[in-house]
Amino acid sequence: TPETGHVLPEKVKIVEVGPRDGLQNEKTIVPTDTKIHLINMLSESGLPVIEATSFVSPKWVPQMADQVEVMKGICRKSGVTYPVLTPNLKGFQSAMKAGASEVAIFGAASELFSKKNINCSVDESLQRFDEVMKAAKEAGVPVRGYVSCVVGCPYEGKVAPEKVAHVAKRLYSMGCYEISLGDTIGVGTPGSMSEMLEAVSREVPVSALAVHCHDTYGQALANILVALQMGISVVDSSVAGLGGCPYAQGASGNVATEDVVYMLHGLGIQTGVDLPKLMDAGAFICRTLNRKTNSKVAQATCKL
Amino acid sequence: MGNVPTTVKHCLSYEQLIHDYPWLRRWLQEEKEIVPTGVKIQLIDMLSGTGLPVIEATSFVSSKWVPQMADHTDVLRGIHRAPHVRYPVLTPNMQGLQDAVAAGATEVAVFGSASETFSKKNINCSIDESLLRFEEVINTAKERQIPVRGYVSCTLGCPYEGFIEPSKVAEVAKRLYDMGCYEVSLGDTIGVGTPGSMFKMLESVMKEVPPCALAVHCHDTYGQALANILTALQMGVCVVDSAVAGLGGCPYAQGSSGNVSTEDVLYMLHGMGIETGVNLAKVIEAGDFICNALCRKTNSKVAQAKGRTQ
Repeated sequence: TPETGHVLPEKVKIVEVGPRDGLQNEKTIVPTDTKIHLINMLSESGLPVIEATSFVSPKWVPQMADQVEVMKGICRKSGVTYPVLTPNLKGFQSAMKAGASEVAIFGAASELFSKKNINCSVDESLQRFDEVMKAAKEAGVPVRGYVSCVVGCPYEGKVAPEKVAHVAKRLYSMGCYEISLGDTIGVGTPGSMSEMLEAVSREVPVSALAVHCHDTYGQALANILVALQMGISVVDSSVAGLGGCPYAQGASGNVATEDVVYMLHGLGIQTGVDLPKLMDAGAFICRTLNRKTNSKVAQATCKL
Repeated sequence: MGNVPTTVKHCLSYEQLIHDYPWLRRWLQEEKEIVPTGVKIQLIDMLSGTGLPVIEATSFVSSKWVPQMADHTDVLRGIHRAPHVRYPVLTPNMQGLQDAVAAGATEVAVFGSASETFSKKNINCSIDESLLRFEEVINTAKERQIPVRGYVSCTLGCPYEGFIEPSKVAEVAKRLYDMGCYEVSLGDTIGVGTPGSMFKMLESVMKEVPPCALAVHCHDTYGQALANILTALQMGVCVVDSAVAGLGGCPYAQGSSGNVSTEDVLYMLHGMGIETGVNLAKVIEAGDFICNALCRKTNSKVAQAKGRTQ
């Protein structure tokens, strides 16, 4: 039944990025045991996908230096997948050794962002991933693709929807089973989101798309709603809204999983997530990080 | 994106927390600082320069109950009234209306509730009794050609009753509209609404009151406000209430946010190509001013983001 006059998906898959994207962007480095405990709590909350860690060089991302211990230490719940980031073949090989069964690669929709961050053009970065794709295919390991800066870039400003569509299509035809479209600096609004999604869904089937909205300008839930109205049924989010925005010091980044789940359940959409258990996980990690939650649902003490 | 209107009239409800309700009194009494009259006047004057078409200036309730608004007459007389801007004031009863008119008010507002328990607990009478009281106010205002705006609280949930039937909201909204309110603002008082419940409630209300006479007043306590406002816009509502810097917490969730920030609403509306006539940068300035004066951080994410990326 249409809950809001639009046809919305009956079910939405939530991809929980807190343990990786979230913690990677927090100031405090979290001990391995804490990460493992967080991931285990998240597994118990019903989340179907939990991004566990990243196989990048600890030289660049010290927060993820314990990638192997985390991967080996977590209790893998049946029915839950634990993808990991693999920026190159070396990372992929380490991930396989550590027991990963799903990986993810990243492309940018902005040339300048790509050059500034990984020192090569978008095309060059996609070529680099060719090796990873080949190896993953041989190993029968699914690969998820991320596109960053889909509605705006901290260097270029507005990003052309056609460019996003081009990168998404490349990742999809290379073999990524799903493409997560990221509003990296949170500047998107329902206007720019729908324009971008229209362009991308002409090149990649909607069933293979996900949105990764940042809440830096408070627009995330409205943007997610628009994405749902356009048929998207996979949403990335981070417990307690972990992970600030590296481009706006002190500003928020990831949208809080609790707030997303609250909205989805209010729309009658199934997620499989137990919100109170999710909130427990959020409370745990915030206590450990000695920080306040970014989730408004968690902050509110109203009981209805 | 749905049938979204091309222009939206933006109502800025400064200090929407001011009603003649005991739960607010309790909350206000916990507030350590009462904002000086001069600061209020300066804030309103700054807002008047932003392009906002409506700025709710003050409340003519007894200062015994709401000491924060004790200076209502001084505020109304002290502000510089910009042309093309309206300055409605709250008037919970005849005494309030008389004082408001004497102070030069040219538009007033009355508050009803969609929840019987909320009404009884807070103003000690049933919804029907409160509406009778407002009828007197509305009739007198009409005689003086003063437009009256109606508010309905608890439209998506009540702190006491929980779920509120959309048909009850429709009933109260219709009563206010039929009595002569030119516009009815539907409030999600505790911010529990989601696009799902917002849709159902508006569907019901729109059977009784034309969409062009409706406004939404969403609270952001659960982070749902912008998504709820988007839903309302898609259903044809084109008046939105909000508070600069997201002033005004939630009395039912200590430490939680209440009003949605005007800056965040504007960012969304402008991003959707909707005209509001408002200059966002100037609203951010006004928000900075009041937050400094109150020694508090802004609740607006847009203001936080802009403030950090110099």
